[in-house]
Amino acid sequence: MKKRSVVPYGPQHPVLPEPIHLDLVIEDEKIMDVIPSIGFIHRGLEGLTSKRDFNQMAYVAERICGICSFGHGFGYCETVEKIMGVEIPDRAKYLRTIWFEMSRVHSHLLWLGLLADGFGFENLFYQCWRVREKILDMLELTTGGRVIFSVNKIGGVMKDISSTMAKSVLESIDSIEAELKELQKTFMGDYTVESRLKGCGVLTKEQAHALGCAGPFARASGINNDMRLLGYAAYGQLDFEPVISDVGDSYARCDVRIRELFQSFDLIRQCFNKMPSGDLSVDVKGNPKGEHFTRIEQPRGEAVYYVHGNGTPFLDRLRVRTPTFANLAGLCETLKGADYADVGLLVLTIDPCISCTER
Amino acid sequence: MSLMSFASESLKNLFKKPVTTKYPFEPAVYPERSRGHIEIEIDNCIGCGMCVRSCPLGALQVNRAKGLWAINRFDCIACGYCVEKCPKKCLFMKPGYQTPGEQKNEDVFVKSPEQLEKEAKQREEAAAKAAAAQQAALAKKALEAKKAEEAAKAAKSEEGKD
Repeated sequence: MKKRSVVPYGPQHPVLPEPIHLDLVIEDEKIMDVIPSIGFIHRGLEGLTSKRDFNQMAYVAERICGICSFGHGFGYCETVEKIMGVEIPDRAKYLRTIWFEMSRVHSHLLWLGLLADGFGFENLFYQCWRVREKILDMLELTTGGRVIFSVNKIGGVMKDISSTMAKSVLESIDSIEAELKELQKTFMGDYTVESRLKGCGVLTKEQAHALGCAGPFARASGINNDMRLLGYAAYGQLDFEPVISDVGDSYARCDVRIRELFQSFDLIRQCFNKMPSGDLSVDVKGNPKGEHFTRIEQPRGEAVYYVHGNGTPFLDRLRVRTPTFANLAGLCETLKGADYADVGLLVLTIDPCISCTER
Repeated sequence: MSLMSFASESLKNLFKKPVTTKYPFEPAVYPERSRGHIEIEIDNCIGCGMCVRSCPLGALQVNRAKGLWAINRFDCIACGYCVEKCPKKCLFMKPGYQTPGEQKNEDVFVKSPEQLEKEAKQREEAAAKAAAAQQAALAKKALEAKKAEEAAKAAKSEEGKD
């Protein structure tokens, strides 16, 4: 047997946007085993339920993560509304869907940039983030925040998108789409990118299913697990097909996320076409009593929210299962047999969000 | 599969203007809805304390007697929940972020003495009015009671006649 050694990787590493530690067992530059450990940015946000009432928790839930912030606020509000039996107005549902898709666009563009940076194509990274800036501007225009939106509340949304705002959002989406088509040529057509990503970190459909992977990471391996098909918010009235690829390597993951971006543009346009006029929120009386599970599709995959209310303003329990946590097992599987030089790239391909995972 | 697919994009960038702005020399432009900081029209504040109870951070303070409203800018997360809850709509979310500081001090807003005097006068007037109304109500009640008593007496005496 060859000599094995353990190389610590992270929590501080140039390629990692957030802290995760991996113990890599390597044998001649090949990864034999991986032991992940997390726990560097635990903030105890779920425990805050004992100190903040259920209305205030909407703002806390949103601060679980900076990139999926809208998704967390949305998931929490949706769960509490289900417990209290509140049906929000149709316009609020469409507005939530629009903002959710806009945040998906900004998350996927961020990931494309990080991936380009991960395989050493810095100019492409700048271009992705330049394009992302436009969607951030639109989010700031419509919600008032670039990262934390604070538009969700129990019973609906706080702000409306006026027709002039809708016009500028649609215009900016058109220009982003045109620019993304140019970038897609580089991502999906360039020889250097292809030779770096193709065949790197293959995860088969069986493995992805057995390890319970989620989101675009699993969809790139051929698993149809798009939670938006459940029809929460306005997704039930929209026309879309989940983006799936059967290849399962890093190139397919990149492809799936780029195609999802185009899908999001389409969904935003559909929402603006179908959005009815009406109220933004309904009055909510009383306190939540009971429990509920909600599954939603965040940019990184399926997130599960569990809320248990006891009839007082303070919830008994809030629990969030985040997509990155589900994907960690899949990550360890893809890393086995990979080269040491690919580790940074492969960690990026699951789109890790450690802040979500640890809360 | 091409080798230089990014070349056209790079060439275009050579002749484009920078997308960034020279911030300290050019002013930053915020959209109207931008959640920068909270402002108050202190003279309209009734000191009900709804904002204090709603704040997830406990960054606010209200003293009705002194006409005071204070905010710890370093605790405030600019979520806008207090603005939503304010019954008099005297709180506003304004664009423009808080400047950094060396100390975590509070911004205190106090009503002007004239306003406080005016409010005290209004309160006195209202109290006087309420007292007058109460007295009038009492007098009315007493009158009604007397009438009822008399009616009962009359009825009794009539019964006696029978």
